[in-house]
Amino acid sequence: MPPLLQLASVTKSFGAVRALRGVSFDLQAGEVHALLGENGAGKSTLIKIITGAHSPDGGTITIAGKRVPQLSPTIARKLGVACIYQQPALFPDLSVAENIALRLESVALFHLIDWPERRTRAAELLNRIGAHFSPDMEVRHLSMPEQQLVEIACTLGAGARIVIMDEPTASLTQTEQVLLSAVVRDLCQSGVGVIYISHRLDEIFGLADRVTVLRDGESVSTGPVKELNESALIKLMVGREVTQTYPPSEAECGEVVISCRNLGCSAGGIHDVSLDVHAGEVVGLAGLVGAGRTELAKTLFGITPCDSGTLFLDGKQIEIRSSQEAIANGIALVPEDRRRHGVILEMSVAANITMAIHRRLFPGTWLRFNAERAEALEFIRDLDIRTSGPDAPVASLSGGNQQKVSVARWLATNPRLLILDEPTQGVDVGAKNEIHRLIRRLAKKGMAVLMISSDLPEVLGMSDRIAVMRGGTIVAILWGQSTAHDVMAAALGLEVGAQ
Amino acid sequence: MKAYSREVSVALTLGGLLLGLAIFAPSFYQAQPLLSLAAREAPTLVAACGMALVILCRQIDISIGAQFSVCSVCAGLLAGAHWPIPLVLSASITIGASLGALNGSLVAGLGLPSIVVTLATMVTWREGLRWLRQGIWVDLPEGFQWFGLRQSAGQWTIIILALTVLVLLALFMKHLAAGRFIYAVGSDAEAARLAGIRPRRITFAVFVFAGALVGLAAMMNVAQSPQVDPNSGTGLELKTIAAVVVGGVAISGGRGNLWGVFAGLLLLACLGPALTHLHVQAYWEKAIQGSVILLAVVADGGHRRNQGSP
Repeated sequence: MPPLLQLASVTKSFGAVRALRGVSFDLQAGEVHALLGENGAGKSTLIKIITGAHSPDGGTITIAGKRVPQLSPTIARKLGVACIYQQPALFPDLSVAENIALRLESVALFHLIDWPERRTRAAELLNRIGAHFSPDMEVRHLSMPEQQLVEIACTLGAGARIVIMDEPTASLTQTEQVLLSAVVRDLCQSGVGVIYISHRLDEIFGLADRVTVLRDGESVSTGPVKELNESALIKLMVGREVTQTYPPSEAECGEVVISCRNLGCSAGGIHDVSLDVHAGEVVGLAGLVGAGRTELAKTLFGITPCDSGTLFLDGKQIEIRSSQEAIANGIALVPEDRRRHGVILEMSVAANITMAIHRRLFPGTWLRFNAERAEALEFIRDLDIRTSGPDAPVASLSGGNQQKVSVARWLATNPRLLILDEPTQGVDVGAKNEIHRLIRRLAKKGMAVLMISSDLPEVLGMSDRIAVMRGGTIVAILWGQSTAHDVMAAALGLEVGAQ
Repeated sequence: MKAYSREVSVALTLGGLLLGLAIFAPSFYQAQPLLSLAAREAPTLVAACGMALVILCRQIDISIGAQFSVCSVCAGLLAGAHWPIPLVLSASITIGASLGALNGSLVAGLGLPSIVVTLATMVTWREGLRWLRQGIWVDLPEGFQWFGLRQSAGQWTIIILALTVLVLLALFMKHLAAGRFIYAVGSDAEAARLAGIRPRRITFAVFVFAGALVGLAAMMNVAQSPQVDPNSGTGLELKTIAAVVVGGVAISGGRGNLWGVFAGLLLLACLGPALTHLHVQAYWEKAIQGSVILLAVVADGGHRRNQGSP
């Protein structure tokens, strides 16, 4: 019997970024095949290729023994591929039965709706997966795991043979997880193949038959779960040679600049965060996606103000309830996703750089374009921003240079604490190196730097200390000499050094 | 130059229209009718400046026509009660600003979508006014029309007032931090917030300011006739939005300037009389105006596709 799905040396690039460098993968009927890898290893790209959302640049896809040259979302669905995402994509105001029907029924505009039929089918599907709620319930009244069951019912109803589950248990409690595992096993019994993505290693050991580890867009290993242990898995995930060198730390660690004690913010889902950042120190903030790193940054910067705990700046207790107060206290945040929020693309380089310092630069009401240009030119020279001039719109710059503009805006405020959220995401290697050297230079000048990064080598290479977050709080603070293994283990919630 | 391509193309179209008129219908260029036309459109220009700020801020205000009517009637009643002209003027501006403040607090304070909020206030003001006044025209006292000046002097006063508002606002938008903040909020409110700007405050202020400009515009219109028409603001929102869009301001906010709005308004204002002088039948006028607006929106879409922004 041929495998349900087979990928052979699939590659995919986005611009200059090579997301997949050659992934081979196969899925047998009736198995749970776990897919594992750190942030940015290529898991989501791989899923999107299997569901037809992206078309690969190279390699072959074979489904049920037949080679598929052109896979689109529609074709993938017809061939029995279904994906259940971490956040269920249901219509909250429609009933369960309607939601299921929308996925399964003909899309013809004048197709008559057979309401009793819809209901019966939904009830039957829910029954098959052991869900105990009425098909007439509106989806918004369902809990997260119940919504996930609806998603699974949809895939069952559609007769899916290849089911992808992307971190289905990330937001579930222990008991809900057990229920879900049972449903997954039932699915497999009926001959369905499940691709299971999770960061919870215990879950993978409990549920999966085989596991494939992705690293830097390559499938580095596939094998039965029984032959592996946690430590071996982590080694496979992070075990790469360091291909990039980082500028050495030369800063002298000074006084504590910012210090949080049991900081919490219910809106951001973080709690009991205690952390000191010293002048001249680069603290790396590591953790998996969703661990609360960006939320912590937003709380420190006053966007989602803290509602518990205390914050000290230079030993004095402060309160930060808005970004204006944060700026006034010398805290700066270079946000992630610069194309959306870091810079304003239509505006000039100069206007972007001076955005946060209007009050200082223009004490009168009128803008002084010469002063602004001078300020901007200084940063353009200092940070080596490649632009045709201070008046060029930021949209005309390359990604790395846009990021430098975003950093420049906050350097202009002369901050005591600089928070960088994914400062090198999506910039090329050269610009990355420049940004790293810039961070070092700033630390040397006595700035306290808190750097969020999902790039593990970057965290290891740049940080004097590493704070690891998990589940909305800091679970470990490691010194710079620690290994990728230690960081990954802490982020995954294992005992450090459990070799 | 490239940054102003939209404004330049509107200005060129306007130039082409005026040139065509000079060749084929020189009768268009007569001092008195042109002066009347300019004075008639001057209040629209002032209101359009306010609308431009609102749209640059990625909002919309469709209640300005109703605001205009309310301000006009109030100004007429106060003038009838023998208030001096400067007091009537400031009262009209204050009323406009308060109506704008209500829109602003609902949009910025409660985060409601501006199209729904201003639709509701539009209907409320319009129907409230109709119920209170039963559609009665307000007679103005002697010496109020043209601010007590001769007609041509009054017309010039109104035109110069409108142009002053335009020039000052255009300078403010470029040279004041506040102007830049409006562009920033309109481009990306979240990015602006992360840069330490307060988008809600800016949005509120823009609605108040637009309301105040409507109050001023209403006064400039009231002073042109012996009576106040309680429906004088009907359709003003469409005229001003059309001028703003034709003038190259992106309906999605953050891009465009007031010079473009000026050119757009001139183009739309000249189109009607021009067609008459070119002996095009009157019922084509609206259709042609509509086509111009459609063309502007299509050009805007093309511009955005070229920029590659979503």
